Amino acid sequence: MGVRSRLAPAVACILLGLAAAAEIPPGERRSGYEFMSRETRAIQDDDAGNPGMLWVLDGEALWNRKAGSTSRACADCHGDARTSMKGVAARYPAFDAATRRPVNLEQRVNLCRTARQKAQPLAFESKELLALAAYVARQSRGLPINIAIDARSKPFLDAGSETFHRRQGQLNLACAQCHDDHWSGKLAGSPITQAHPTGYPLYRLEWQGLGSLERRLRGCLTGVRAESYPYGAPELVDLELYLRWRANGMKIETPAVRP
Amino acid sequence: MARAIVNAPAQAKRGEIIEIKTLAAHAMETGFRRTQLGELIPRDIIRRFTCSYNGVEVYRVDLHPAVAANPLIAFTTTATETGTLSFQWVGDNGYSVTEIAPIRVE
Repeated sequence: MGVRSRLAPAVACILLGLAAAAEIPPGERRSGYEFMSRETRAIQDDDAGNPGMLWVLDGEALWNRKAGSTSRACADCHGDARTSMKGVAARYPAFDAATRRPVNLEQRVNLCRTARQKAQPLAFESKELLALAAYVARQSRGLPINIAIDARSKPFLDAGSETFHRRQGQLNLACAQCHDDHWSGKLAGSPITQAHPTGYPLYRLEWQGLGSLERRLRGCLTGVRAESYPYGAPELVDLELYLRWRANGMKIETPAVRP
Repeated sequence: MARAIVNAPAQAKRGEIIEIKTLAAHAMETGFRRTQLGELIPRDIIRRFTCSYNGVEVYRVDLHPAVAANPLIAFTTTATETGTLSFQWVGDNGYSVTEIAPIRVE
């Protein structure tokens, strides 16, 4: 009896430990920044040398440019982005009451363009859309990601989580197998990171340009030889929602630089 | 649209060594890549960057196809007198961008 009662908590701890091994404990969460070389960090840290700032400056110009048949600029409604957009990107993807599903920052920009400015939506990954998203997200740099989940958005979060944990593609790999279970390892010499989307849209040296989280996700899906979802697909946005929720509390780095 | 970013000190002491950082928005297409249909993508790069201090050239770089997109060029010069630093990037297909930065030397 004495031995059993002493063993029982130990066994319980081991079982709990195994169950928790799948998810990264809050204290061990690390941004992709921490996996980078000193040289790459230096590019991100200095606004004078961070090429993502070229897009941010373009975004600032677009913010103040009139567009659409209403001939209104973003600034005509939202004013100075440095105050009005502070912390906004930290909440995205956010639930959109009109479409009754979460939308990401790029989709929100386009919803505003079509509904309020009466302008043509900007193409996904176009320089203009990335510039506006980077400019808006830049205003939240240093603030913690803050995704609030309620009854309306819960099903979409669950769908994103399901995608993250589902094996797919010819390699039959789930996102979680690399980014939850093996983030301390390497893949073809490069660190496997924890997949916390803290700095999007970000400048990737491999891309030689700025890109969105969806571009990165599509790249990963192609990497496991799965068929990628198209830009703006509900599956991708749900996955974005899950990843951002998973990174809740981590600081926004936009425009980040990654190798 | 932003085509180049220049970071140079607005003021400096006479004789001080100042650091200048420049960033130009450019794809730096090498001319060696091909499209999915096998057609060669023509070269489109910045060929030369120069910095002049009150009209006198103090720094020059020749760029080649191996240089990355959006090249960052950082260099130093000595602050001699109050005036302007002018920067020029010249490249293929008539690409030409000029920026200026005033500097006050005490």
